Order: sequence, then structure tokens, then C-alpha cells
Amino acid sequence: METQAKVDEILTRYKDAKRDALIPILQDVQDSCGYLSKEAVIQIGAYLNLPTSKIYGVATFYNQFRFQPVGQHHIQVCRGTACHVKGSSGVFDRFCRDLKINDGETTRDGMFSLEVVSCIGACGLAPVIAVNGEFHAKLVDDDASRIVKEYKKAAKEGDNK
Amino acid sequence: MCQIEINGRVAEAKIGETLLEVLRREGVKVPTLCNVEGLNPTGACRMCVVEVEGRGNLVPSCAFPVSDGMKISTHSAKAVQARKTIVELLLSSHPDDCNYCARNGNCELQTLAAELGVRQRRYKGERKKMKVDVANPSLVRDPEKCILCGRCVRVCEEIQNVGAIDFIGRGADSTVGTSFDEGLNVSSCINCGQCSLVCPTGALVEKRNVEDVMAALADPRKYVVVQHAPSVSVTLAEEFGVKPGTDIDKEMVAALRRLGFDRVFDTSFSADLTIMEEASELVSRLTHGGTLPMMTSCSPGWIKFVEQYYPEMIPNLSTCKSPQQMMGAIIKSFFARREGLDPKDVVSVSIMPCTAKKFEASRNEMIVDDIPDVDFVLTTRELAQLIKMHGIDIENIPGETADNPFGERSSAGKLFGGSGGVMEAALRTAYHMVTSEELTDLKIPAVRGSKGRKEARIQVGDLELGVAVVSGLANARKLLDEIKEGRNDIHFIEVMTCPGGCVSGGGQPINLSPDTVRQRQKALYRLDQEETLRTSHQNPAVHRLYKEFLGTPNGEKSHRLLHTSYVARTDVLK
Ligand code: SF4
Ligand code: SF4
Ligand code: SF4
Repeated sequence: METQAKVDEILTRYKDAKRDALIPILQDVQDSCGYLSKEAVIQIGAYLNLPTSKIYGVATFYNQFRFQPVGQHHIQVCRGTACHVKGSSGVFDRFCRDLKINDGETTRDGMFSLEVVSCIGACGLAPVIAVNGEFHAKLVDDDASRIVKEYKKAAKEGDNK
Repeated sequence: MCQIEINGRVAEAKIGETLLEVLRREGVKVPTLCNVEGLNPTGACRMCVVEVEGRGNLVPSCAFPVSDGMKISTHSAKAVQARKTIVELLLSSHPDDCNYCARNGNCELQTLAAELGVRQRRYKGERKKMKVDVANPSLVRDPEKCILCGRCVRVCEEIQNVGAIDFIGRGADSTVGTSFDEGLNVSSCINCGQCSLVCPTGALVEKRNVEDVMAALADPRKYVVVQHAPSVSVTLAEEFGVKPGTDIDKEMVAALRRLGFDRVFDTSFSADLTIMEEASELVSRLTHGGTLPMMTSCSPGWIKFVEQYYPEMIPNLSTCKSPQQMMGAIIKSFFARREGLDPKDVVSVSIMPCTAKKFEASRNEMIVDDIPDVDFVLTTRELAQLIKMHGIDIENIPGETADNPFGERSSAGKLFGGSGGVMEAALRTAYHMVTSEELTDLKIPAVRGSKGRKEARIQVGDLELGVAVVSGLANARKLLDEIKEGRNDIHFIEVMTCPGGCVSGGGQPINLSPDTVRQRQKALYRLDQEETLRTSHQNPAVHRLYKEFLGTPNGEKSHRLLHTSYVARTDVLK
């Protein structure tokens, strides 16, 4: 119900809104809920009189929107020019392979989520990623695997305590 | 009017029309992949490009208005090469699946590749692996075969006002898909199959039940009964290259027997039965203060539409099952008992113009004690496949007539195949029920034709009935909204999901021309004109069934077997 209340609150700010308000509404909902849930999209669709397929289509056109809640460890891979030149796509691919998810997705157990971001302003550290805001610098592909393993291990140890 | 020059010949054109319209009229064929007659052009595929003198670039003729004195060249080397390149690029990321594809031999992409002389793979694109969506009972979606022409998206949105599918993602990752990339089965899709009629490729095809039916026919323990819908006899011939509007009812019945069906029944018989039930329901609602306007219930796409978008209007729907389901219910009860068969050993197959009928047959309401009214539904296209597969020469086979007890039909039942037909049949019978007389002129022109909305006021005894006939659910939505806003001069509404009715159903032969649909419709009117038995209530076989088994229309037994209920669908991603 919480999502519904949040979305309702946002929609009241868009009185008599038409289609062109869609993107700002989606942005507000994502800011407030962290992602665009099905329930939220249905609610927005009913409000704007738009089929959800259209909303999903528009939202997937921009890569700022995600449709799954972020995981416990939210991995942001920088795709700024410097990072790209220094091989961030290899690092990203490794995360995808190891976690079996793609950009914008969350692992089934909710532990990891992945997001490609444009320059996060740490070009000196390229290629750089941030996990829950904490930077990991100058990575090579294998570092991605190592980081995933470390977090998994930490989680296991946490469980055993 | 103005004059333009096409390939050196002068042609008349109307200011404001598109080049493509003129070209078609002048007998020049320019290929199109995204164009759908009747919908706004998008110019997305660029297959229809032509050269216009004085302009550097090729222009898409579908979206280019004519102007006086324009000189165009439709098949210059440049234009042809441009088209060929588009096809080659489309093929570069396309699966090489033709031999295994439902559209093999009837695919616009394949045809264009052949016509443009593509003989070589000049471009090698990356092939994306995508999941085939098979969870829906009516349709299969194979996004790998999608060329992103957008026809399905527009038809679903503009004709049906459903919008179950749209462009998803962007750039090289674009696909056409559903909300949240879920299966069509949980989407707002109403299973109408109109998208499969316009899809140029095998990306959207009917869910195939040919093999299920063949297995049943081959099983000696099974007694396999088939029914064929009113419109199929006037469309099937097209699959064999015969001109649209040719009725081959008798040849089709003969073919069905040769395929091994134990009994061949005519759904037009149960359409007559539907009319008995529905007309009595209407009269009863009119005289006992029931919910009005009453809305017809034989089109399963429409039913799902109401269930998901207008649940508050479910009480307006007639509770009558569709003719397909009525026939199925009678086959599994009365017929099985009469023949001394265990209903579990009877397989009931129906040949339908419709993909949504597959969904309808699978509805929980249509399955009693694990026994479905209808086991398998084949579309007209699938029947053609079966006939071809079995080497039956439909054009030369001696005709036969359908079996008793459910082979006899009135032409009113036959009219169910086109928009306005249920209305006309129902009015003929309702008139008789109210006045005990027959309409002086059985033909009711006001409800005929393929217009999206028809309205009339008809005097039935003391009652003046307001009736409306709509097809294409965008038209239905407009009407329902008027009613919700207070319009109250309409008592009875016929809705068919597909524009023009079953003759252009999602399971019919794929032929985009509006003239084809008119020819199919005309064939039904012709049959009605030539028939002597033209009202459902005069069908002696229907009378026998009431006498021997059902009792009275709208009676207790009818209600149990021939009527149904609906559910508000709040769970679909609409
Ligand atoms: S869609 Fe057409 S081109 Fe593609 S595999 Fe099927 S028949 Fe061949
Ligand atoms: S079957 Fe009808 S409702 Fe479903 S996607 Fe196709 S056009 Fe839309
Ligand atoms: S599914 Fe068919 S009609 Fe729809 S966009 Fe793809 S190719 Fe075109």
C-alpha cells in the first residue's frame, strides 16, 4: 500500500495532467520509490489514461528508469569517456556474467543490482565503480569478480554470526 | 484535381492525397511494410520510396502528398536499389527460419526478398536471441522475426483501443513487446489476432492446434466431432487461390469428412440456438425491467475487453454463451448421451475465423467437471493447412452437407459471420416473439455493411427499439463511454471485436485489402438472399432440440448449459 500512497501523493501534484507529464511523473515516482513497480505504472496509466505498455515503452527508451528495486549492494558502473576508454565495458560485462543480470536489473535474491551511469566525476580513478556510493578505483575485469565474491562472503559470514 | 507524371505517364490526382494512393489507383505496385490501409502512415519502413524530380532524396510515397506537375519515378535504379538494401538490412539480423516458419510462402519479407532479387547475404548483423512468447492460448509472438514495422502496435491501439503491445527500449535494442516484457497472457491483449493479420512476417501468429487435432483423429478411442463457424465457408477458398467471396460450404464439409471427423456440424445451427436464447433474453429484459442496453456476447475478444475495462457493465452483457460454446455444450451433453458415448471420449473441435475463440474455449466457465465444451479450435488458416497436408483438392471435391442433428441452419445464423448479422438475426426473431408475426422485410439494411458503427430505430410491436452495431473495439469504447455519460436511447448493442465482424477475424486468410472483406460480407448476404429458411425461430432442428432436450428458451436447462458468467479482470496489466 505504501507505494500506492506515494504515487497518489505525486499524482496530486499533476492535476489535469496529460501525456506530456509522463516523464516528470515517472522521475518523481522513481525518486520516491526507488524504482518503477508494476503497481506504480498501472496507477500512472489509469491516471493519464495510457496503456501500461506505452508507459513501459517510454520508460525503457530512457535508461534512467529501473523496474526492479535496487539490491542490498547497488553497483554503479561508470560509462563516462575516461572510464570507457580505460575498459569499463569489460568490467560491466564481467558483472553481468557473474551476477547473471543486466543493466537495470536486480539479482533474484535481492543482494545485487547493476546500473550503468554516465560520468560520476572520478575520472582520475577510471575505470571506476561505486557500490552503495563507495568507490572502487582502477578496476580490471577480474576485480569485478573479486568484488562480487567479497560481498557474497561478507554476507555469508554475517549470516553465520 | 491536379496532374502528375508517373514513370512518364500522366495521371490525375486529388490535391492532398498521398502519392501511394495515386500509385495504387494507377496500377503501380510499390511495396510497403509498415503501411496499413485506413491507418495513418508513419513512413517508418521506407520501402515505398520513389524518386521525385527536383528532389535529391528519395521520398516515402505513403506519407508524401501530391502536388500539381510533380514528376515521379517509382522504379528507377536508385529507388529499387534503396528498397533492396532495406530488405537486405532487415534480413541481416533475421533468423534463417523460413522452412520452419508459420508464414513460409505467405510472408511479405520473404516475398520482397524474392521480388527484389536478394540472392546473397551482403550484410551480417548481430542476431539477438529472444524468447518466444507461447503462454497465450491464442497467439505466439516470436520477437526475433519482428522487423519493427509497427503495424501491430497501431492496429492494437487505433483499431482495438487496447494497446497491449508497444515499442520497448531504444536503438538497436528496440523490440515490440508487452508491458514489463511479460507474456501476452497476462497483458491486456484480448486475443483478437488483428495484429497477426497485419504482421508482415512470422513474428505474430496463431497458436497452432493442428497437431492436437491430428492426434485426436488418429486415436481410435476418440469420437471426433467438428463444427464450422458461419464465416469460414466464404473465406476458406482464398487460401487456395480462389477469389474472395466464394462460398465453398459443401466442399468444406466434404473435406472435413475426408479428414476423418466422425460428425460435421454447422455452427450456424447453434447461432440459431443463440438467437432463440438471446432474443428471449432481450424481450425479457425489455418487459421485466432488466439491465439495458443489452450487449451481445458472442465475440470473446469483446468479452475480455468489457471484463477488463468496463467491469461495471458486465450486467449489460447477454449471459448467452457464444454459438461455438453452445454447440460444444450440446455435443458433450445431449449428443453424447443420444449416441451412447462417454463425453470424455468425445473430442469437440471447432473451425473458427478467430484466434480469441481459442482463449474462449479455455475459459474456466466453459469447462464443466473437467469436460470442456470445445477441446480444440482451429482457425480458417489452420484448416487450410490440414486440407493441403492431406492432399484434398477442395476445388474439385464433390460437395456434401453437414450432419444431423445439428447441420440444419437458417441464413440468419449464417449472417453471424459479419458485423450486423447477430443484430439482424435477433431482430427477426425478437419481432416474432413480441408480435407473433414475421417482419415484412427480413432484410434490415440499416445494420448491414462494414461501417464501424451503425445505428437504427426499429419498431417491434409497441416497442421502438434503439439498436447499435459496432465493430472494432475503438468504436465500441466510444459507444460505451456515451452510454456511461447518460445516453439512454439504445436498448440492444451488437459488438464484434474485429472490424467488419468475423469475416475479417484474426484467424482468417491473410489479405489486407478492404475490398476482400466486402466481398466476404457480400457472400453472406447473397446466401441470405437465396435462402428460404431465413429466421432462427423457424429452424426445425432448433425446435426439435428444445422439444427433445432443452425445454424452453431461457429455461432451467438452457441456463445451465447455454448461458455463462463473466469476471471482472483486475489482474491484467492494462
Ligand atoms: S518471417 Fe518470413 S522471412 Fe522470417 S523466417 Fe518466417 S517466412 Fe522467413
Ligand atoms: S491479439 Fe489483438 S489485443 Fe492482442 S496484441 Fe494483437 S491486436 Fe492487440
Ligand atoms: S510483430 Fe509484426 S507487425 Fe508487429 S512490429 Fe513486428 S513485424 Fe511489425
